[in-house]
Amino acid sequence: MALLETVEHAVKGPIWDCRMCGQCVLHSTGMTCPMTCPKTLRNGPCGGVREDGNCEVVPTMRCVWLKAYDRKERLPLLPSWRRHFDDLRPPVDNRLKGTSSWRNLVTGRDRETPDGWPDAAPHVAEV
Amino acid sequence: MSILEERLTAGTFVVTAELPAVDGGGLDAVRRHVDPLRPWVDAVNATDNTAAHAHASNVAVAIALLRLEVEPILQVVCRDKNRLALQADIMGGALHGVENVCCLTGDDVTAGDEPETRRVFDLDSPQLVQVATGLGQGRYVSGRTIEAPPHLFVGAVENPFTHPLPGRVDRAWKKARAGARFLQLQIGYHPERLGAFMVEATRSGLAARTAILPTICLLPGARGLRFMDERVPGISVPAGTIERVETSSDPREAAYDLALQQARHALDLPGVAGLHLVTFRRDDAVARLLTDLSIPPHAERLPPNAHSPALVHP
Repeated sequence: MALLETVEHAVKGPIWDCRMCGQCVLHSTGMTCPMTCPKTLRNGPCGGVREDGNCEVVPTMRCVWLKAYDRKERLPLLPSWRRHFDDLRPPVDNRLKGTSSWRNLVTGRDRETPDGWPDAAPHVAEV
Repeated sequence: MSILEERLTAGTFVVTAELPAVDGGGLDAVRRHVDPLRPWVDAVNATDNTAAHAHASNVAVAIALLRLEVEPILQVVCRDKNRLALQADIMGGALHGVENVCCLTGDDVTAGDEPETRRVFDLDSPQLVQVATGLGQGRYVSGRTIEAPPHLFVGAVENPFTHPLPGRVDRAWKKARAGARFLQLQIGYHPERLGAFMVEATRSGLAARTAILPTICLLPGARGLRFMDERVPGISVPAGTIERVETSSDPREAAYDLALQQARHALDLPGVAGLHLVTFRRDDAVARLLTDLSIPPHAERLPPNAHSPALVHP
């Protein structure tokens, strides 16, 4: 089964700097991987973005969430993807690190959340 | 119900303040900072390793505030602890009667004096708001039930002064939907950005759902402004603003005037439910600032708040 992981990383690594979190949300984050944010924030930028738009932690890097915000407006994304941008994404399931998000998407494993986390309830109507 | 919740839901103007970080000196050190604030503020923030420097813990300081009969706001940041520890802190504070919880992402460890430490960020701040809200509703993240859950009043912070500027209200909304009932805003020196944020927050209904408190920072002089500009993540100070204070014949007074102008500007904006004050050990300036703004001591403040309507129950 490691083959799928290897293929996934070979495809997504060079394009999105994929960190293999195993629960991919690229479609709802303007095709920008939130795991490349040094704080691994999955729900938008922190308050530390620099005046030039660069990252608080890595001053030479543009804020990942600024990129996401721009791309969400600019890229030809499915309308439903764009609408999911402001959804509350659940905390990362650390057990999925290193596993294939493709397999987890097909099996639905990537959408499983702990019982105390409210069911995904997008604030805007689905398409 | 906390005083903060009671007042904000009734539409009474509220003033909160940040307690300077506490290290040594025992309870007397806390008392020294609290006494000048006591007549003026409704609640005081017990900070959580501000600017990524270790200090007496947020929970311990919040309990100290309770012992000194001042209402605490427990700040909780995502940088230092995982979700188990964050839940334990909120529940631990609540065990002693700490109801107000303010959730932040937190400055990165590289902003502090121990940059070699491991950063955690197991949760982000909107997730932490959701987790705290869940605790108040009687469940841990796992789903495990809390018998006789604590009553919590959950809030967050937003920075209307940094990029992406149009996205800041959206992010504040995300926190509001996760359960944030109040927002203490980041310190900032671009009044037009605060203005745009408050106008949109009011237009979109955010300000009626979550009480928004702009922050006013009382600095001792131009050096503090320069420090903010160069060292504090997410804060930029226009060169002209620093220069105006620096070249003044009395920089201390000029820094006070800057804070007073900022406060007056904030009070003229729609949707402002109160002010949050950061004093940088100028605790005595709080009385002067609020007097100059014609804001009475907290015992004399009554609803309705001229600036903002009562909060709508979600």
